[in-house]
Amino acid sequence: MTNSFRKSRRDFLKVSATVGGGFALQLTVPAPVFAEAAAKAKGPELTAWIVIGADDSVLIRVARSEMGQGSSTGLPMLVAEELECDWKKVRTEFVSAAEQIRRNRAWGSMATGGSRSIRDSQEYLRQAGAAARGMLIAAAAQRWKVPASECDTENGVITHMPSGRKLRFGQVAQGASKLEPPKDVKLKDPKDWNLIGKPARRLDIPDKVKGKPLFGIDVQLPGMVYAAIAQCPVFRGKLATVADERIKGLRGLVKVVKLEDAVAVVADNWWRANRMLRLLAIEWDVGPNGAASTESIREFVRFGLEDSSIPVARNDGNVEAAFSSAAKVIEAEYYAPFLNHAPLEPMNCTALVKGDRVEVWAPTQNAEATHATAAATAGVPLENVEVHLTHLGGGFGRRGFQDYTRQAVAIAKAVQGRPVKLLWSREEDMQHDFYRPMTLMRFKAALDSGGKLTAWRVRDAGHSIMAGVRPQEIKEGIDRHALGGIVDMPYEVPNLRIEFAMRNSHVPVGFMRTVFHSQNPFMRESFVDELAHAAGKDPYEFRRAMLQAKPKDLAVLDAAAKYAGWSLPLPAGVHRGIAVQDSHGSYAAAVFEVSVSEGRELDIRRVVVAVDPGYVVNPDSAEAQVQSCVAYGLTSVLWGEITLKEGRVEQSNFHDYRIMRMAEMPKRIEAVLVPSGGFWGGLGETPLAPLAPALCNAIFAATGKRIRSLPLKNQGLQLA
Amino acid sequence: MIELTVNGKKSSVDVEPEMPLLWVLRDVLDVKGPKFGCGIAQCGACTVHLNGEPVRSCSVPVSAAAGQKVLTIEGLAQRGQLHPVQKAWIDHEVPQCGYCQSGQIMAAVALLAKNRDPSDKDIDAAMTNICRCGTYARIRTAIHAAAKSTKSAKA
Repeated sequence: MTNSFRKSRRDFLKVSATVGGGFALQLTVPAPVFAEAAAKAKGPELTAWIVIGADDSVLIRVARSEMGQGSSTGLPMLVAEELECDWKKVRTEFVSAAEQIRRNRAWGSMATGGSRSIRDSQEYLRQAGAAARGMLIAAAAQRWKVPASECDTENGVITHMPSGRKLRFGQVAQGASKLEPPKDVKLKDPKDWNLIGKPARRLDIPDKVKGKPLFGIDVQLPGMVYAAIAQCPVFRGKLATVADERIKGLRGLVKVVKLEDAVAVVADNWWRANRMLRLLAIEWDVGPNGAASTESIREFVRFGLEDSSIPVARNDGNVEAAFSSAAKVIEAEYYAPFLNHAPLEPMNCTALVKGDRVEVWAPTQNAEATHATAAATAGVPLENVEVHLTHLGGGFGRRGFQDYTRQAVAIAKAVQGRPVKLLWSREEDMQHDFYRPMTLMRFKAALDSGGKLTAWRVRDAGHSIMAGVRPQEIKEGIDRHALGGIVDMPYEVPNLRIEFAMRNSHVPVGFMRTVFHSQNPFMRESFVDELAHAAGKDPYEFRRAMLQAKPKDLAVLDAAAKYAGWSLPLPAGVHRGIAVQDSHGSYAAAVFEVSVSEGRELDIRRVVVAVDPGYVVNPDSAEAQVQSCVAYGLTSVLWGEITLKEGRVEQSNFHDYRIMRMAEMPKRIEAVLVPSGGFWGGLGETPLAPLAPALCNAIFAATGKRIRSLPLKNQGLQLA
Repeated sequence: MIELTVNGKKSSVDVEPEMPLLWVLRDVLDVKGPKFGCGIAQCGACTVHLNGEPVRSCSVPVSAAAGQKVLTIEGLAQRGQLHPVQKAWIDHEVPQCGYCQSGQIMAAVALLAKNRDPSDKDIDAAMTNICRCGTYARIRTAIHAAAKSTKSAKA
């Protein structure tokens, strides 16, 4: 996941240009489509982030999307820490993307991906809290006619220390809001934090257990109609013809809408729309990719490994010389398949186009991209668009892409004046993702007579996400993003050569939770295990020896090993595997304990994941993210595979794209949080990175069978 | 017209008898707690109770619910008091994205109605709903806690 998405960003820039340039727009803005949307919070504002009511209520605005990761609690905690308000009185609201433009992007980035919500905004959020606190103190000091330096705050109350007089935030908020925010604010020393680092109850949970209509799919508007969509089953294909004779006159039909590569039926409820969609006779122009299969794409990707002029991303020392003088040379090839994100809420978006005004309700990971996409699709200036950000029923990177927004606005244009909710079926969702890229890696490494790694050559062939979203980042054929965890590996290897062959098939690829760090570590850390085995060394000690210059990777590896009791004996038949991987600004290591009966029945008995994200804001959410990564990561390792036949995805729903359930979840998952301070890393993705290799290394320890291709179901392994 | 009792309230709906209960609830009666995840009774996000039994409402034709009692997450709280399962869900901070949780909670309530003190194995067998965020460990803890609180409340 990352901050911007090509199509939307390009659209954004294009639209911005039509209204006078760039992100820092100074516009004379007409009244918003729905005035109350822009001014939801009543009361005095103290910075763009905070509204304090006369009743002492504190409203903190949240600019990032909530998709389960807990940002809508963690981000306000950062503000409240410095504001020193009463946390029990905090409410939140999502920032409006239209208001964001009206105010020159006062809320920074709204993009929610790359585990960036906290690490990229912690500083300005804490500064906003501190600035608002300064304004409140100044207002109280003015009222008391005392120096501000004699005042202090605690839990929403300002105290004049010498006299003991007190004022509540709500009593001075109005006056404070008229003051200039202080220019320089001093942030608290981490040792003085009251909220950050202590478990806090998530603010969004009560509504979620009451079944409140929070999600995009729950949007309900007067006069709303519903759209179901069928997209060309072969990527990059087009709609040829559609015959609607069979649905003419059927109950509830509003309209059949043809798009370039899809057709939608609009009806008075979604079930009718979807049923009629299935009755259409649709002819697709599938284009040149109608014969592609998993095998043909895999061969196409593998061809990159044979490329004699393969671009070189890193070349330390001389691997060839080291190979020729090696005591041992080890070679292996690894493979990871396409994967679907499969958030449980299928793609959806509600849109209303009324003349030159557009209003959109969307579960999006990037409300600004949604805004820009809506404006571009409708052909109207940005200031004519309002976007309402809803909660997301899972995101995992999928909802940064804006294909569903584009479709919803196009359909809304066709039914002018009526709000339309576009909802994809699960089948559409499964077959029209931006998939985790298929990747192949070929390794060759040399050990000296002492079992020390002297040389390593990596040939990586696979899809590039950047080729689609930010092609300018690809330099001389090298996509360093695709080489995450490889080109920047923490190990000291005297001779290291990294080569990259970009092989893009017709399958759209995108950021899926942990992105390339979800498959590259599987390959790297499994191969390191092969090397340790070939060297006759303990895999933990073998890694330690190569991490001496990387204290944070080393420390997190040590933490996992120590907590798991790496050196302690195990019951008969139980075996361990270990792996380490930094990503998204944080450090993680995992130890698995497994037993494998008859070589095929896998019992995952214990999972230990150590994580160092620098600082932990809400330890309860952090633990939840570790558990979440285990479920998400193991689903992929055990069963995850999107395959193609005749150019199209073969899987269609959860019966053939299996997701981990309660009974399959390992019973013993231990999240070991070891925040070492001094930096801010992500938490939603890093814990997933070391899971696949640690598990596969444990399977090797148990069976002697090296897993070089995922998922495990194709390797004759199933859960016990 | 098909008559339904949803959360104690009688409604009559003019829809095709084969229309799934889920879509009648969501799009006709504006009861949004039950969610759409798969449409083929795989994920359980649409779980509601039909005469006290948990069903996957995406795969139950509304005609099968005619004249019967439908309970959704919206109807769980009694006299403004959350159900013990909902309380346990809050106490143990279960939801992440929350999308599957209406269905999870309805499945858990049905389990506890039949089995006041379920074992881990019972929970494994009864709780087959998909949670893509992986809240399973906390769901398990919350079910045990809800069982305990109901027992002590009755003792």
